[in-house]
Amino acid sequence: MLIKERLSNAGIHTVLIAYSLLALFPLALILINSFKSRKAIFREPMGLPIGDSFSGKGYASVLSNSDFPLYFSNSLTVTCVSLVLILLLGAMAAHALSEYRFPGDTFIGIYLVLGIMVPIRLGTVALLELIVNLGLANTLTALILVYTAQGLPIAIFIFTEFLRSVSREIKDSARIDGLSEYRIFFEVVIPLVRPVIATVAVFSMIPIWNDLWFPLILSPGEETRTVTLGVQQFIGQYTVNWGAVLASLSVAIVPVLVMYIIFSKQLIRGITAGAVKG
Amino acid sequence: MATLELKGVKKSFGAVNVIHDMTLEVRDGELIVFVGPSGCGKSTMLRMIAGLETLTQGQISIGGKRVDHLPPTDRGIAMVFQSYALYPHKDVRGNLGFALKHAGVDKKEIEERVNNASEILGLSDLMTRKPRELSGGQRQRVAIGRAIVREPDVFLFDEPLSNLDAALRVHMRVEILKLHQRLGNTMVYVTHDQVEAMTLADRIVVFKDGQVEQVGTPLELYRKPANKFVAGFIGSPAMNFVNANAVDSAVMVAGTKLCSSKSAAGEVTLGVRPEHLILTEDGPFSGVVSVFEHLGGEAFLHMTLPDGQLLVAKLDGENSFSTGQPCSLGIRPEHCHVFNKEGYRIAE
Repeated sequence: MLIKERLSNAGIHTVLIAYSLLALFPLALILINSFKSRKAIFREPMGLPIGDSFSGKGYASVLSNSDFPLYFSNSLTVTCVSLVLILLLGAMAAHALSEYRFPGDTFIGIYLVLGIMVPIRLGTVALLELIVNLGLANTLTALILVYTAQGLPIAIFIFTEFLRSVSREIKDSARIDGLSEYRIFFEVVIPLVRPVIATVAVFSMIPIWNDLWFPLILSPGEETRTVTLGVQQFIGQYTVNWGAVLASLSVAIVPVLVMYIIFSKQLIRGITAGAVKG
Repeated sequence: MATLELKGVKKSFGAVNVIHDMTLEVRDGELIVFVGPSGCGKSTMLRMIAGLETLTQGQISIGGKRVDHLPPTDRGIAMVFQSYALYPHKDVRGNLGFALKHAGVDKKEIEERVNNASEILGLSDLMTRKPRELSGGQRQRVAIGRAIVREPDVFLFDEPLSNLDAALRVHMRVEILKLHQRLGNTMVYVTHDQVEAMTLADRIVVFKDGQVEQVGTPLELYRKPANKFVAGFIGSPAMNFVNANAVDSAVMVAGTKLCSSKSAAGEVTLGVRPEHLILTEDGPFSGVVSVFEHLGGEAFLHMTLPDGQLLVAKLDGENSFSTGQPCSLGIRPEHCHVFNKEGYRIAE
């Protein structure tokens, strides 16, 4: 029995380790090669940056590029503002849908969740037209609006499921204690679903941070470039500054990683909340 | 301190009537228990008093003031929920003081009232714990404490003991009774457990399908149930019902007269409580033992009559029967309850 258990444990861990290696390999490759000279990258892509293959040129060209801090702050602004809007509006919409009965509530619920099935990129042409007509082309506002719309359906879907499980009696109790509906939402409901907020935050944040499509189409201007778009300047038509590309990608991972670490403890609780009875 | 008055209260969800027409006066300082099977509307009625459900029709007054248009917090009520409904992210002190803090009560007074409530309920050592670090009984006490600090006119309890284990339930029942004696507030208590109802209530309201079947003191309900439903609901094990005939004001079972009732005629139902059945030599109820349950101090004898009807008798624990053994039970006339074909009690 014990041996069998150990064997199955070993099996599970073998699979998990293999998957981790597979997932980490490209990241490791980027990191390793970002510290190598262009020649070294092509001579020995897998080699470690030691001896004469080590070169900080990539990072130097990224960090000395005066535009890069701007790209970074653009990306951060867009991601953070969109995230706040997605979480706030998503949670509020989900609260309304799960807590109140009103005419058309089912229809609105289905309408909002339908967005999960329709990729927002299908509407790029119409979106571009709309943004141009609104005079928002080449602004961060355009990106924030589009990303908020993109993130809301899945956020509402996840929030609704979890908010339904919040005990009705706690909300009633707060009503008897004299809290307004807004304060019930912010002071009673939100603290109860913190893990879910972290989960939705991580799931919404990564696609926004990584997106190249909408910055390229809606805000390609020098002032409003995001990191993913900024990296493109190192990719020329005839030559590619690989060291700089890889270095900027490595630097671009940092903020997402930091945010993930902040949210991760809550995130794991959020993911397992449905499966494991607490 | 206040009376509670319900006048012609009706509630329907769409086409479904949940409360048909409820009129009731709860006296100042009375502990009234709403009892009934699940889905009978008793909790809905309580939520309407609390202001968590709207009324379809009718009026609710507390202390002579009409409240049915007021939000819950302005009605002078406090409610204790079945799931305790504590705020999980606040400690005991935070839970107790939350309503007062929100209402803008002076800090000193909050402190005083919270300390007072925690003393009454013996929570003083637990003030810094979070709800998840408390046992079921302790959580229930915090929930009650949260109601006490608000100093309401009327306490509302919605099946507060249902989530506790049996031993703790008995203990908390006594605590609630003591609390009522100490505070003297008007209390409305909802439960599906007839033992809780019998032991706690000054008066009991029996609900069935959104209608009030009977209102009365526990003993009135036990001794003179208005109909078969109340008769079967109050008392454990439940009352036995036997088909009987009434001829010339004599109620007969299998040719034997059991009691007399002037207004009874034709087919009637005879109600007999298990604890009132006694062992006899020869009838009037004769049959065979189908099950004999021994509980130590007492025993339940399940007997099958020749026509297939079942009788349960509560006997002294000294007795012993085996399955299939013939036996014979009788009853004193004053312990007979007679119901007509519609199930209503027939006056003696």
